[in-house]
Amino acid sequence: MNNLASAAWKKALNTGLISGILAIMISLIGMVESFGDTFIINRFVSLGDIMHMAPILILIYGAIKTYDQATWKLQLAYSTFSGAIAGLMLTVLVLFGSAFDIREMLVNASPTLFRLLMFGIELPGGAFILIFKGALLGALAIGLFKLQPRWRNAIMQGIIWVALIGTLRDQILLASFAQIEPLNSILRGFFFAQSGLTQLGGILLFLIVVAAYYFLGGRKKVVANNKQTPEKLRKSRLTRFGIAGIALLLLPPVLGLFFSEVLDSVGLFILMSLGLNIVVGFAGLLDLGYVGFYAIGAYTMAVFTSPEMGFFNLSFWQALPIALLFSVLAGVILGLPVLRMRGDYLAIVTLGFGEIIRLLALSDWLKPWLGGTQGIQRIAQPQIGPIAIDTLQEIYYLILLGIGLVAFVSIRLKDSKVGRAWMAIREDEDVAAAMGINPVFSKLMAFATGALFAGLSGSLLGAKLTSVYPHSFTFIVSINVLSIIIIGGMGSIPGVLIGGLVLMGLPGVLTEFEEYRWLFYGAALVMMMLTRPEGLWPETRRKLELHEAEEEVPEEDLTPAIESGD
Amino acid sequence: MIILDIKRVTKRFGGLEALKTVDLEVKENAIQSVIGPNGAGKTTLFNCITGFYTPEEGDILLAGRSITGKSPDRVTKLGISRTYQNIRLFKNMTAVENILVGMHPHLRSGLIGGILRNRKTMKEEEEALNEALRLLRFMSLDGYGDLLSKNLPYGAQRRLEIARSLASKPKLLLLDEPTAGMNPSETADTMRLIQRLRDALGITVLLIEHQMRVVMGISEKITVLDYGAKIAEGRPEEIQRNPTVVEAYLGRGSADGILKQDLPPVEFA
Repeated sequence: MNNLASAAWKKALNTGLISGILAIMISLIGMVESFGDTFIINRFVSLGDIMHMAPILILIYGAIKTYDQATWKLQLAYSTFSGAIAGLMLTVLVLFGSAFDIREMLVNASPTLFRLLMFGIELPGGAFILIFKGALLGALAIGLFKLQPRWRNAIMQGIIWVALIGTLRDQILLASFAQIEPLNSILRGFFFAQSGLTQLGGILLFLIVVAAYYFLGGRKKVVANNKQTPEKLRKSRLTRFGIAGIALLLLPPVLGLFFSEVLDSVGLFILMSLGLNIVVGFAGLLDLGYVGFYAIGAYTMAVFTSPEMGFFNLSFWQALPIALLFSVLAGVILGLPVLRMRGDYLAIVTLGFGEIIRLLALSDWLKPWLGGTQGIQRIAQPQIGPIAIDTLQEIYYLILLGIGLVAFVSIRLKDSKVGRAWMAIREDEDVAAAMGINPVFSKLMAFATGALFAGLSGSLLGAKLTSVYPHSFTFIVSINVLSIIIIGGMGSIPGVLIGGLVLMGLPGVLTEFEEYRWLFYGAALVMMMLTRPEGLWPETRRKLELHEAEEEVPEEDLTPAIESGD
Repeated sequence: MIILDIKRVTKRFGGLEALKTVDLEVKENAIQSVIGPNGAGKTTLFNCITGFYTPEEGDILLAGRSITGKSPDRVTKLGISRTYQNIRLFKNMTAVENILVGMHPHLRSGLIGGILRNRKTMKEEEEALNEALRLLRFMSLDGYGDLLSKNLPYGAQRRLEIARSLASKPKLLLLDEPTAGMNPSETADTMRLIQRLRDALGITVLLIEHQMRVVMGISEKITVLDYGAKIAEGRPEEIQRNPTVVEAYLGRGSADGILKQDLPPVEFA
């Protein structure tokens, strides 16, 4: 017992130290200060407060699980101890920063930061405030832990929604639906303050979200208890798809220009990711030069349609098949010599390919054809009958159509003979060959299909921007696309959609964080690989022996494989 | 009739001769074995037959046609299928999907058919699925079909590997240590299974095996390799009494003692 208790104290101390370090780091990189007057709830909670307090709360909450046999009094003691330690570390930072001038090295260790951390109270008292704040967070963590799951979920959702909507004040007020009159004055007059939500608005929003989640959480259980026939399940799934479809169609007019711009770029990335998902997710070929095909699609569209270059002056629809053909050809031409390589070698060669394409577009040598650094302007935009598709909102529908088409092809291919061959190659190329699969041909097909989708995305990019520049096609685009697939779940099509929304949509919407974008990106990747390496929505296999309606085999039935005897 | 004819095959890795002018004939509808101490070149021989390695010298004929130097997928299409010493399933695919991959050479639909799911493709897929489920039952794997193959119990993984290689409808099946890591009752089941493959499906079986009970029990002819060279060949009884073979396994000297004993206590390995 004694041992157990001392282990728990040690764990609590550890948690306190780690969360303290995290809070100090977040303070010192300037997030607390620069978000100090970005209020979520006006004059009450700022984004800066959330930034340094949330990690403490989350880490302590996570640690409670390790001592859940202890009595609640002990748990409370451990957690408040952790929190106090974190607060103490912040105090040390404040004391140190006030006593010595460390701003030469750590620019952000400013008096403003310290005042923000101590809620505006001066030093001797402020130190106690800091420790008290930490302890309070610890107690709050226990409080959340002890709640009924249904309440806990509702309250967490409430906090998340308030934080999100408070942060997005400016963007929401810009959206189209917020311009409609009674809503506009309600939002501006009552709901939103100069920065973030009004205090009353924040409380109201919190209560509404909590109530909604509480009651919805209760309702779901009742539905799950009812036995559902496959027929009914299919119907409800169809309804859900229908609602999602209509919502997707309504997004641009409801949300307006700013969100449409974000949606467009997210859409283009999703389109590319669906293509790379075939190459990396299905066939297991690590392609780091994927941006090359995107560039080829965009540049072909540009060269064939732009009157500036004056070669062809085709329309968008005439140039589209050419752009797609060129992308596929590039995929095959790159694929032929390269696909005999495996793993790391393939990654490096494709990386080189991507860079070569970008440098060719940038080069003076090809300047008469590709425009060099100035790129190509006045790319044609698509026209359907008399309607010119030239605004961001209209392009959105084109991209949506593209995603729908590509997702459909991906889903169909996944469960076809070709898809199985790709997956077999991903799992074990030698054995796949011994099963009668021609590995070179199969890989070439994966490469060409992936290139086709990237080319489509590139063509649409050209039509969206009406201009292309070499600097749009840097290596980081390939990495972004790859990260979307990994975060979403390798080989999973819904995973790609989720990954695209999270990795491209969130940074697009949360423009406040622009400066810290790559920091979050890196942290998110590390966290994901540690806690959920299979991705947000992992790939699932189709049930073929017992068809879909049947229940799944419970986990316990899976006998672990015995190690081979020899 | 001779289904597989290996003629004076030599395979070198740098200075090492892994196979030295090996001759081997496999009769149609037979169950034959290749045995030998570790490192004797048995798996190298299998790799040469299935196209993973190209031998430096010699020729390999399948039903009279040379398959030397053909790529593995071509060899499989011509009717040779194999399993592996250390199980090599497609781990993140279900058992049924593993078998469906094995049917690859017999499926005609391509990329376009897969996307459009036209009637021809759907019919082919349905037939393939039925055939896969039949193979699943044949190998008593029913109920495992929708599990990822890595989650199957060890014995089932071995059987699934055989099921997958049967899916390509081979004339000749190469089994690389099919009973490795199995307990006696599983081993007995596997032996019965191998006999059933030959009797019910008419498949010729060539196996590498270490458990002498299996080798002696089911093989009609045994070939012994040592240091890449064939040192003996014959019926099980002949091999059991062959002093060269015993010496290869146990070293010089022990052979005399063992051969003086009465049969059948000889169990090598």
